[in-house]
Amino acid sequence: MELERGPRPLRLIGKVRHQMKTEKSLRNLQRKACLLRRHIIRMVGVGKTGHIGGSCSCADIVAALYFSVMNVDPARPDDPGRDRFILSKGHAALVLYAALAERGFFPLGELERLKQVGAMLQGHPDRLRTPGVEANTGSLGQGLSLANGMALAAKLDGSNHRIYVILGDGEINEGQVWEAAMFGAFHRLDNVTATLDRNGLQAMGPTKARLGTEPMGDKWRAFGWHVIEIDGHDLAQILDAFAQAKAHPGSPTLILANTVKGKGISFAENNPAFHNGMMTQEQYDLASRELEAALAALNDQT
Amino acid sequence: MNDRTPSDIGVRELEAVARKLRGQIIRMIAAAGSGHCGGSLSAVDILTYLYFRELRIRPNEPRWPERDRFLLSKGHCAPALYAVLAERGYFPKEKLWTLRGIESTLQGHPDMRKTPGVDMTTGSLGQGFSCAVGIALAGKLDRKDYRVYVVLGDSELQTGLLWEAAMMARQQGLDHLVAIIDNNKLQSDGVTKTIVDIEPIAEKWRAFGWEARRIDGHDFGQIHAAVVQSKSANGQPKVIIADTVKGKGVSFMEGLVSWHSGAPNPQQTAAALHELEARA
Amino acid sequence: MSQAQPNKVIYGQTLVELGERNPRIVVLDADVPRSTNTYRFRDAFPDRFFDCGVAEQNMICIAAGLAASGKIAFASTFAVFASMRACEQVRTSVAYPRLNVKIVATNAGVDNAGDGVTHQGIEDLAIMRAIPNMTVLSPSDPVTTRKAVLAIAQLDGPVYLRLGRNPSPVLHEENVEFELGKMIPLRDGDDLAVIATGNMVHEALIAAEALAGQGIEARVLDCHTVKPIDNAAILDAARATRGIITAEDHNLIGGLGGAVCEVVSELWPTRVRRVGLKDCFASSGRDYRELLAHFQMDAAAIQAAAQELWSSNGVHALSASSARCATR
Repeated sequence: MELERGPRPLRLIGKVRHQMKTEKSLRNLQRKACLLRRHIIRMVGVGKTGHIGGSCSCADIVAALYFSVMNVDPARPDDPGRDRFILSKGHAALVLYAALAERGFFPLGELERLKQVGAMLQGHPDRLRTPGVEANTGSLGQGLSLANGMALAAKLDGSNHRIYVILGDGEINEGQVWEAAMFGAFHRLDNVTATLDRNGLQAMGPTKARLGTEPMGDKWRAFGWHVIEIDGHDLAQILDAFAQAKAHPGSPTLILANTVKGKGISFAENNPAFHNGMMTQEQYDLASRELEAALAALNDQT
Repeated sequence: MNDRTPSDIGVRELEAVARKLRGQIIRMIAAAGSGHCGGSLSAVDILTYLYFRELRIRPNEPRWPERDRFLLSKGHCAPALYAVLAERGYFPKEKLWTLRGIESTLQGHPDMRKTPGVDMTTGSLGQGFSCAVGIALAGKLDRKDYRVYVVLGDSELQTGLLWEAAMMARQQGLDHLVAIIDNNKLQSDGVTKTIVDIEPIAEKWRAFGWEARRIDGHDFGQIHAAVVQSKSANGQPKVIIADTVKGKGVSFMEGLVSWHSGAPNPQQTAAALHELEARA
Repeated sequence: MSQAQPNKVIYGQTLVELGERNPRIVVLDADVPRSTNTYRFRDAFPDRFFDCGVAEQNMICIAAGLAASGKIAFASTFAVFASMRACEQVRTSVAYPRLNVKIVATNAGVDNAGDGVTHQGIEDLAIMRAIPNMTVLSPSDPVTTRKAVLAIAQLDGPVYLRLGRNPSPVLHEENVEFELGKMIPLRDGDDLAVIATGNMVHEALIAAEALAGQGIEARVLDCHTVKPIDNAAILDAARATRGIITAEDHNLIGGLGGAVCEVVSELWPTRVRRVGLKDCFASSGRDYRELLAHFQMDAAAIQAAAQELWSSNGVHALSASSARCATR
């Protein structure tokens, strides 16, 4: 952070002002993440199943992308120079829809019509039906390859737009992810930033579960990627990681984000039942109260 | 048998067998009119070692339940496998000249229903390795002693299926599974590292939880040492990265992408055989 | 163009032509450009060519990503891998979002003789037909191959185009009218109709000559577009003749034969004899025509099916059904 030369007092004021602005923008992002979580539970509602766990675990990352990091304009969804976002873990569509609605890609009212016959919002992202959606994901393992294709196109066209992908940690069992990883590094696709939502929940206990996928960072490094490990719910770390990735030349970056499945909703946190879970009226009310309280606390901090 | 030191393994003997098999590979592919010379020649030393010094097998009882298993995941190099199976007596040598004939015992890629001694049908890259993991798993479930060896081509590491299977093998603790990569650094379309670079190879396998070692794939002493070292029951599957030369043994084929596939013409066949005999 | 050439050579040459005209064209392959002939495009436009190595699933989705970014992506590998190894990627990442990806798959059918079953794609027409939004082509000769490749570049949407391996004789005039979805009549006749695709069109013509010698006049139709299929031509053949013989280097199930049966049974029920691989895996072979003969898929088989259809009447015994693998 370069500061203008000047007398000490002014320099200090500048620094503090920057700090306050940073804190304010972080709080703003936290607010957005809360809003996304609130939309998620409203979309699922009572008595129907929905991918609450995996949508909430990456809500902070998605908030950072749509409200700070990415260059997107809802008024120009086809702008060739836009950044692209691919939700490779497509079952977390809820969080993507929430973010797109909040950004104004389509009216908020569409969120209530989720999954209805003929509705804009399908069970998994559909680029033909939903403005702002770049890829038809849902079948795990394909998103990184799609991102590679878009990144190649960007380089061919001399455009410096970036491609952002979120992968799930179960998803990396799909061999195609490793094909894409090898390809991305070989072609030096430094305009790709992948984030791995490592919420770590498997059917069996943690130790056994990790045998297959750990050590995660070492795998990606061995495949030629630049790896940054963060707390996936710490917005300062998230923003910092995206900035580092953008500045890192010559290889794509994987942000290894340690997260909590169901983050933000007490009964869903670390609970396998909420991978694709159903809320009772009581649970729904509790979740609503928790998220309202979180929002209120953030608002009080101005 | 498996505790021999390198000087005991009869390197001269193995080299002679391998030389003979190289001649048969050339003749087989010439007779068939098509086939994959380069990769068959690069793999044949590894196969010679395995079939003459390591595998517990019974050629007259190809489905002996206690046998060690062998899979050629790089199935297009079937001529090397066929040559070594014939030499071990799994079927009459005359069959070698029927390679790729209609309904032949020896198909273009290994066929477990047609060829005695072939443990798995392979040819579509990556699948043989995945099947090997399944076979190793069965052995563990049944509490058997047999070991499972699978030979891969280097370009197979570009295939996603391979990494799916590698994760599974580690998760299941299949320490009696040994993958040997015939790393001849050339693939169908060119030099492997210019298509999609697979290096660093050992680092990748170690990150996937395998025990990895790297050798000269034409040095019988090193092959022996690596195979012996791979016998530790430590819960980790093993990979041996064998650096080889595509087309090894025939001077005008060595190191050339163009000999990935294609049959030698009569002059080339004669020249190759002459070279091999001259070294005997 | 008068001599026989592998249709895939024409494909490679036409790609270069397309690349010169349109900077949006990009080409991908999966380690077999020397076989598919995409190497020609690579030599001409190295910056627009991507060899993905032995990774077909990745290749298809990279093609989708390129197409989503405004490119026209041609992706090639062998038919067996394009249609099966990467099947789901074709369906979900290309067809479902209707992206402008042309999957040109070579070495299809038992035409890929020496390599044997693992490399012989005999199910690809059935698979690709069943995927919505997919246009499926199987041109017969060098002339129509070039026209087909040019036509699919103009079409905005997913395409699967299948080619064999060995040289194909020229069957059409240079200026033949080529329209996607319209069969090309090569021979007139009102006794029987032979509808063939790809390599079997040539076999069909040979069979028709032999039948003419026996006083049976068979029309021969080149069905280069398997989907959407030319319903009008099928209906006309059903109405005008005693029956239809279909011929393809493909399993009897689900390919051209299946498509024709679907149409006639709904529009104008008529008897059909399907010639193709009788729902069995073939084998390695050193010579393509020998393999065709061995598996009863050649001109002689077409002729036999036609004769059987011509001389029989009414209901047939089950034993006359085409779908049993007839090898030892």
